[in-house]
Amino acid sequence: MIMTNVNTVPGKKIIEHFGIVQGNTVRAKHFGRDFMAGLKNLVGGELKGYTELLQDSREEAMKRMEEQARQMGANAVVNIRFATSSVAQGAAELFAYGTAVRVE
Amino acid sequence: MEILLQNFDLVIFLVLAIFGYTAGSLAEKRHYRSIIKREKELLKMAVVTAEGSFPPERIQEVALVMGSVVISIDYFKRILAILRNIFGGRVKSYESLVDRARREAILRMKESAKEQGAKMIINMRLETATIGRSANKKKSVGSVEAIAYGTAIVMN
Repeated sequence: MIMTNVNTVPGKKIIEHFGIVQGNTVRAKHFGRDFMAGLKNLVGGELKGYTELLQDSREEAMKRMEEQARQMGANAVVNIRFATSSVAQGAAELFAYGTAVRVE
Repeated sequence: MEILLQNFDLVIFLVLAIFGYTAGSLAEKRHYRSIIKREKELLKMAVVTAEGSFPPERIQEVALVMGSVVISIDYFKRILAILRNIFGGRVKSYESLVDRARREAILRMKESAKEQGAKMIINMRLETATIGRSANKKKSVGSVEAIAYGTAIVMN
């Protein structure tokens, strides 16, 4: 599956459009990680636990989007956008959407 | 000594503030040094926010690349920011926090593009997010996430 965030797949021609595909995931913070982050919060700096958590979740959201695109019979997703929102306290929603297309 | 014991809360507060200030500013300086060093190394990787068009025969592969980082602020700076909330104006401590987060995210994106053998990244987009509660509340984790993503192009 080819993923891009531009309007086309550079170097290839789009022959069919399938419309919007999306994938999302809602993740809550891990208690242990939250505790460690609270400690790290004193001195500042990168919170590695959170970085990993969000990266994993975003990959999960992308995987779901890819799955949806595959079911439609697409072989590429163009114009991918990411969005984040906090739905509940301590939980974050990660969201990816794009247009499923078939390229040559 | 007795005064110290009577104002135990205040002592803890001061110790935390001083500890946060020294460790935090050291960490920030170290982080900036490493950012500047890696930015120089990756200078050849072109990143643009425009789309551009390329001759199809020169393009080998395209891929979505991204980089993200969560950075938190130290205890002392958070207090400064809370004080700033009273008077308003520039909150310098948060400016440098977000600046660091964005630059780090872009660097990570570039590094992952380099691993795939790409020469340039087009249509780069930046986004920031906070996890859970807002960044400025007293009890919450004052952290910010920066995400950078774009399309890496491998040319032959």
